[in-house]
Amino acid sequence: MSDLEVQADLGRQARAREPRRRRLGVAEALAAACALFLLVAAVAPSVLAPGDPLAIDPLSAFQPPNLAHWFGTDESGRDIFTRVSHGTGGSLMIGILATAIGLGLGIVLGTMAGMLGRVVDFTVNRFLEVLFAFPGLLLALLVILVFGPGAQTATVAVGLATAPGYARIIRAQLISVRSSAFVEAATVLGRGRWQILLRHILPNTLAPLFVLGTLGIGQAVVWASALSYLGLGAAPPAAEWGAMLSAGRTYITSAWWMAFFPGLFIVLTAVTATSLGRALERRLRHA
Amino acid sequence: MSQGTGPAARRAAVTPPLVSLLRVRDLAVGFGAQPGTDPVVAGVSFDIAPGECLALVGESGSGKSVTARSLIGLAGNDAWLQATELEINGDDVLGLTDAQWRRRRGRDVGLVLQDALVSLDPLRPIGREIADSLRLHTTLDRAARRARVEEVLERVGLPDGRTRVRQRAGELSGGQRQRALIAAAIALDPPLLLIDEPTTALDVTVQAQILDLLESLKRHGTAILLISHDLAVVSRIADRIAVMSAGQIVEQGPAARLLASPRQEQTRRMIAAIPIDKPRGTRLASPGDRADAPAPAPAPGEVVLEASGLVKTFRRPDGSEQRAVDGVSFRLLRGTTLGLVGESGSGKTTTARLLLALSRPDAGEVRVLGRPFSAATERQRRRLRPELGAIYQDALSSFDPRLSVDAVLRDAVRGARHTARPGAAPGNAARDRARVLELLDQVSLPATLLSRRPLSLSGGQRQRVGIARALASEPQILVCDEPVSSLDVTVQAQVLDLLDELQRERGLSLLLISHDLGVIRHARDQVAVMLDGTIVETGDTEQVFGAPRHPYTQALLAAVPRLG
Amino acid sequence: MTDAAAGSLRPDGAPRSARPVRARSRVALRRTLPGILAARLAGAVFVLWAVATITFFAIRLIPGDPAEAILGGPGSQTSPEALAAVRARYGLDQPVVVQYLAQLGRLATGDLGRSYALRQDVAPLLVGQLGGTLLLAALALVVAWLFALVLATWSTRGGRFAWYLGSGLEIVAAALPHFWLATALIVLFSVWLGWLPPISTPGPAGLVLPVLTLAIPLAGFLGQVMRESLLTALESPFVLSARARGEGDRGVRWIHALRHASLPAISLSGWAFGSLISGAVVVETIFARPGLGRTMLNAVTVRDVPVVIGVVMIVAVGYILMTVVTDLAQWIADPRLRRR
Repeated sequence: MSDLEVQADLGRQARAREPRRRRLGVAEALAAACALFLLVAAVAPSVLAPGDPLAIDPLSAFQPPNLAHWFGTDESGRDIFTRVSHGTGGSLMIGILATAIGLGLGIVLGTMAGMLGRVVDFTVNRFLEVLFAFPGLLLALLVILVFGPGAQTATVAVGLATAPGYARIIRAQLISVRSSAFVEAATVLGRGRWQILLRHILPNTLAPLFVLGTLGIGQAVVWASALSYLGLGAAPPAAEWGAMLSAGRTYITSAWWMAFFPGLFIVLTAVTATSLGRALERRLRHA
Repeated sequence: MSQGTGPAARRAAVTPPLVSLLRVRDLAVGFGAQPGTDPVVAGVSFDIAPGECLALVGESGSGKSVTARSLIGLAGNDAWLQATELEINGDDVLGLTDAQWRRRRGRDVGLVLQDALVSLDPLRPIGREIADSLRLHTTLDRAARRARVEEVLERVGLPDGRTRVRQRAGELSGGQRQRALIAAAIALDPPLLLIDEPTTALDVTVQAQILDLLESLKRHGTAILLISHDLAVVSRIADRIAVMSAGQIVEQGPAARLLASPRQEQTRRMIAAIPIDKPRGTRLASPGDRADAPAPAPAPGEVVLEASGLVKTFRRPDGSEQRAVDGVSFRLLRGTTLGLVGESGSGKTTTARLLLALSRPDAGEVRVLGRPFSAATERQRRRLRPELGAIYQDALSSFDPRLSVDAVLRDAVRGARHTARPGAAPGNAARDRARVLELLDQVSLPATLLSRRPLSLSGGQRQRVGIARALASEPQILVCDEPVSSLDVTVQAQVLDLLDELQRERGLSLLLISHDLGVIRHARDQVAVMLDGTIVETGDTEQVFGAPRHPYTQALLAAVPRLG
Repeated sequence: MTDAAAGSLRPDGAPRSARPVRARSRVALRRTLPGILAARLAGAVFVLWAVATITFFAIRLIPGDPAEAILGGPGSQTSPEALAAVRARYGLDQPVVVQYLAQLGRLATGDLGRSYALRQDVAPLLVGQLGGTLLLAALALVVAWLFALVLATWSTRGGRFAWYLGSGLEIVAAALPHFWLATALIVLFSVWLGWLPPISTPGPAGLVLPVLTLAIPLAGFLGQVMRESLLTALESPFVLSARARGEGDRGVRWIHALRHASLPAISLSGWAFGSLISGAVVVETIFARPGLGRTMLNAVTVRDVPVVIGVVMIVAVGYILMTVVTDLAQWIADPRLRRR
């Protein structure tokens, strides 16, 4: 069991719970708006915050949130809103790359287990079971121990740590699709192995991966910033959320906003990803 | 059976039929925000006297379950209810608060739901479930409740109460479960019982036993409102029948009269749709239509599908082995129908899977058109596949959820073209389209359905799409596994008629698998009866039904509910 | 959990595939007790061996000379003689296979080696840290369950608004990163209100914030699971039957629904353990609380290999124990599993 599997299961259940909603729900609209905001911040942060995230202004250091500095300023007088906005791209990129690594590995392992017969399935399964004995961040920490801290290592570490979860979900999905009644019906109609694979099994297995990927990005952003926060990922003064939060920790008694707002963006990303993933799941099922 | 001092004895003293125990006038129920608008049930009126059974019969969605539930105040949180009169046991129950209802539920009215497996809490022992109403409505202590529970269990035909009370729903058989559920409803001997589809999930033999139990409750003086979609089941114990359709009672009257001379079209259709005891070849859906005379019995042709000595063993989760199919052999002749009948767990579905080569037999062989099928490789089989069509019980799950009806049928048409002449001329979209429309026409579906997904179709429509798909390759054989068992009775009749028609027009050979003797009877020609993985009796339909030889077949036939 | 569907039965009572059903935890419990125990033990030994092996070879990938790392990292001034002495002492001059076998042998006897950085034996060091982390995790689990139960019950009773608010709260809670939640709690309760110490003090007051930090996100997950299964149970026919016998809302919840609702949450315990352990890494660091997580983090930062291996092994043992406990709890809570 991984965070992701729990998330994916929850999404599926929540979908079953709300058959009534046809139109775009309030929660879905909110999630879409947040996603749009984050995307703009990631692609063109200057639209939101025209200033320079690294510009130092010692005279206005440690300002609490005000009209000029919505999120306040840090110890060097840098505007936190600007820094947080400009950090979106980097943080999201780490999350997306980590998800891509995890999902990619998961697809390879899960497909091997699901398609290549009993022996491979057994082996891959045992391997995954062993990986689950390194729960949560532990696998990521091990990767960092080996390759040393840094933003790139953290990305790879998070990707590797999430891969077993993806693999298990994909394997289960493959197996359930493969043994489903409509695949049997296609066999009875005389379709060949490859025809069935391309026409029925792959499309029905891949569609849920969009949901998984969306859910996964939220989780990856949180984990990657946790590593940065612990000093094992991106390091200050990079405008990465976890690193900013970590830097703000020193001033927690005097300038709470330094740690608070970068974290708020992490939470926003995670909640958006979760809601969006669930909405996507609902759409897929009802389409 | 406990008699004497119970409330039943008191009730018996009151003169029956004139006094009604339940009196309903102009009942309307709905789920809209505003009471009175968009009713699901409207203008429903009836009475039930003590010791009388009124059957509320209708197809799914006709509002019969909602009616029953509103009589115990459980129509739902967002439901509204209106009536000019609603009396139970002489008390006006219109506008009771939930707390007031709670005091009556289980004491004045009992409710028995269908499917006892999910209607009894799987985590609680049945003893506790049965004792619930005693705990809630009486001051009996634990020991007295225990004694009463064992007594009630005895009464519903579950002796050895001492060990039973500790069992849970999952540990009981289907019939035992249903008995336990009834026991939970009658623990306090309520004068009125609402029973919703009590036998639907059960095999015929068990069904008969449950009906006997209900009969005995009736004799005991309990008034019963029996909800069912099945007129034949109802006719066994109902004194009066009310036929519901679209939220209204369309016809109501004494059972014998209503069945013998139905006045409404809806009732006539339902009666005609019951396949049992109909001569073969009779159209079920439109009664009295003699236009298509019974087809001349085809001359016994060659064997098109042959099973010999099929064996399939499964491993149970606990590691033990179970022979699902144990030496099954039969032959299907060209242009004929073979009915394979058996109760749940008899191995019918496993047999069907073996025939379609969806699983490999442990022993024995399936041959199609005289050529090896189960023993061949899938590649070799693929050339024979087009000759063998399949129709499934759950049509919906046999369609790829992403595909529309059009895509499903086009896939089938294209596939059929390919397999017929591998590597033939590239597809012609217009010709495929024409063929799809032709198939739809054969199963009497409008072309407007093409863009829909199977999920949005009705059960009957889905099954028709399934049949159209199976016909795409012009098969000679159709294997139908419980093709109508999840359909309403009139839809069931239409689908059976369609199969019949197709067979006559195209000389199809049909293997019809069903648990329903009525459906099997409608199948002409040959019948094979399955029990515990083996075929215990086989022969001409008329002969097996008329003079069954095997005791199991006899028991099976005796248990079938018949009209009148 | 995802594998449960693979064993589902067809109407005929025959398994969906002819494949022998794997001895998964749920299924295995239905077999005989000695068989279960033997299978469990073998599985546990396999997992521990695999974890030790993966860790051992992963450590080999670390660039640089392990002897230098032992003597204080690449930057430190070390004489060739000292390096040679260290190599001989730690067996680093032996072939890899010998080192691997020696490592397995040591692990099998419970010898976790000597910390490079702390210059003391790892096993007693970690055993000393274990208590604090276990206390933290156990308290957090209990508090999370309480929160989840309260939230799930409340949000299913209070109508539509409560439902939306409840599910919204749960999604947000589940998404809260520990490090940020801890910071926010410290700001609120220590800096502004001054009620609780910002770092973990030995007394019970020092435990409140760390436990809350771990419990809130977990409660978000558990609450969602519980609410879904609570609603499913409340809408199920057996609840309708109970109501038809005169059972009230409270009775229905306490007697039927909550028990059903807790089943899936119990099955998540193994995952919850992992989540609490990774949370402990962060929480113990922030609140400066001694424990396995903080020791692990420090060891990773200074590349203290024996300590990392030690923590990994202890967590793996814990994880295995937790899955056994989960199975037992399910076995107790769900009588359907007890049936033969």
